[in-house]
Amino acid sequence: MPNRSPSPSVFRPANGVDQSVLEESRALIADIDRRNLLRGGASLGALSLLTGCDVSDASAVRSMLLAVSAWNDRVQEFIFRPNHLAPTFSQAQVRKPPRFNAYYPLEDVKPVDAATWKLELAGPIADKRPWQAAQFDALPQQELIVRHICVEGWDYIGQWSGVNLRTFLERIGADLGAKYIAFKCADDYTESLDMATALHPQTILATRYAGEPITDPFGFPLRLRTATKLGFKNPKWIMAMEVTNTFPTTYWSERGFNWFSGI
Amino acid sequence: MTAAHIRSNARYGLRLHPLPVRIMHWINALAMIIMIMSGWKIYDDDVIFSWLRFPDAITLGKWAQNGLQWHFFGMWIVALNGLAYLFYGITTGRFRSKLFPISARELVATMRDAFTFRLSHDDLTHYNAVQKVLYVGIIAVGIVVVLSGLALWKPVQFSELATLFYDFQTTRLVHFLCMTAIVLFLVVHVTLTLIVPRSLVAMLTGGPIIKDEKATAGTQPISG
Repeated sequence: MPNRSPSPSVFRPANGVDQSVLEESRALIADIDRRNLLRGGASLGALSLLTGCDVSDASAVRSMLLAVSAWNDRVQEFIFRPNHLAPTFSQAQVRKPPRFNAYYPLEDVKPVDAATWKLELAGPIADKRPWQAAQFDALPQQELIVRHICVEGWDYIGQWSGVNLRTFLERIGADLGAKYIAFKCADDYTESLDMATALHPQTILATRYAGEPITDPFGFPLRLRTATKLGFKNPKWIMAMEVTNTFPTTYWSERGFNWFSGI
Repeated sequence: MTAAHIRSNARYGLRLHPLPVRIMHWINALAMIIMIMSGWKIYDDDVIFSWLRFPDAITLGKWAQNGLQWHFFGMWIVALNGLAYLFYGITTGRFRSKLFPISARELVATMRDAFTFRLSHDDLTHYNAVQKVLYVGIIAVGIVVVLSGLALWKPVQFSELATLFYDFQTTRLVHFLCMTAIVLFLVVHVTLTLIVPRSLVAMLTGGPIIKDEKATAGTQPISG
């Protein structure tokens, strides 16, 4: 599998960075990571003796914590059960409307115009023609009544329906052997999923909430809803989707949140 | 175990707290501080009780994500060290000889002595009934805090476990109450240690050499 996607991507410049350098140095990078982990661990003991200063500011500690977070990504990938279903709930338990969450307040939501909206596709996909809103209604619909858990600690039961992501990926002829699915949103939010999560039976591209079209604050016209990830891993107002083998960093993972964030 | 081995142990002395216990104790102490302070940071992001918010000065991590990073780093130390401690305590017989049996009558008597300031601290090697209850209790809380933490971390992957704690918010509450129990234990534990400083020294140096054959059952250092 080539590392660079074979088609121009909306995610990066036409002439991407040459990945062969990364490939050649992979062992060295891994080694440096390991050494940072050791050095970070050794300094932690010394640093924790200091009082009155925030130890997580020190760069050795910071890189040690990020190395552990990357390790935790791998552990979560390992314990992920591809066909284990999340608990589902009854319609009576559904919260209406759902609870809002984004990296900005509700007032700053910029609605997306469904008439001009289209979903762009990129990466190893047989049919990359963009999709329009009405086309999603023509595909088989799936409903999910599952718990939304925010990394902050709150949760609610939501009733989402739309198109199963695996069904959609098969329909467009995506390479299901690729590693990641990356999303780009109208508000410049970025998010990505490991392929196992993308193919999970409870991962859908949602267009409706509680039987009605999703309203603007919750991702109209198209958002992702997966039952096996924390809330922020469910991008709203999706504009583009890419199948890729190159790790796509995300809005929150760049800000220190754990990338995998499975539940 | 050979007779020669027992003799060699006797020569070096069988101490109240063998080296593995001391190492695991202090690793746990550090890990607990990390877990409690980073847990408070995570709690503050979405409080359970509107009247309770932990000041930034006593939380670990600049932002919530740093608190989470610390928590998901510390969890490995707590879990691995805790498993090693349980394995050690069970296989060497230390739990059986030090923490059991607990007699209800002795418990009442000890509490009466404590409240009338007549409690004897002459023999560090023998835990009184109150100590036994507290130590067994805190080990049980340690197990529940790890299990509820696992259920919070992976309510879908470990949905069978998560069901034991009812739903997500009740799991959070159990995890929070375990933290509260650990903090209260710490306050009592540290206070009593300061009242009887020899017990703190014992956790650093190993404490008095145990001669009693029966009491040594669980305190032989792992060596040879």
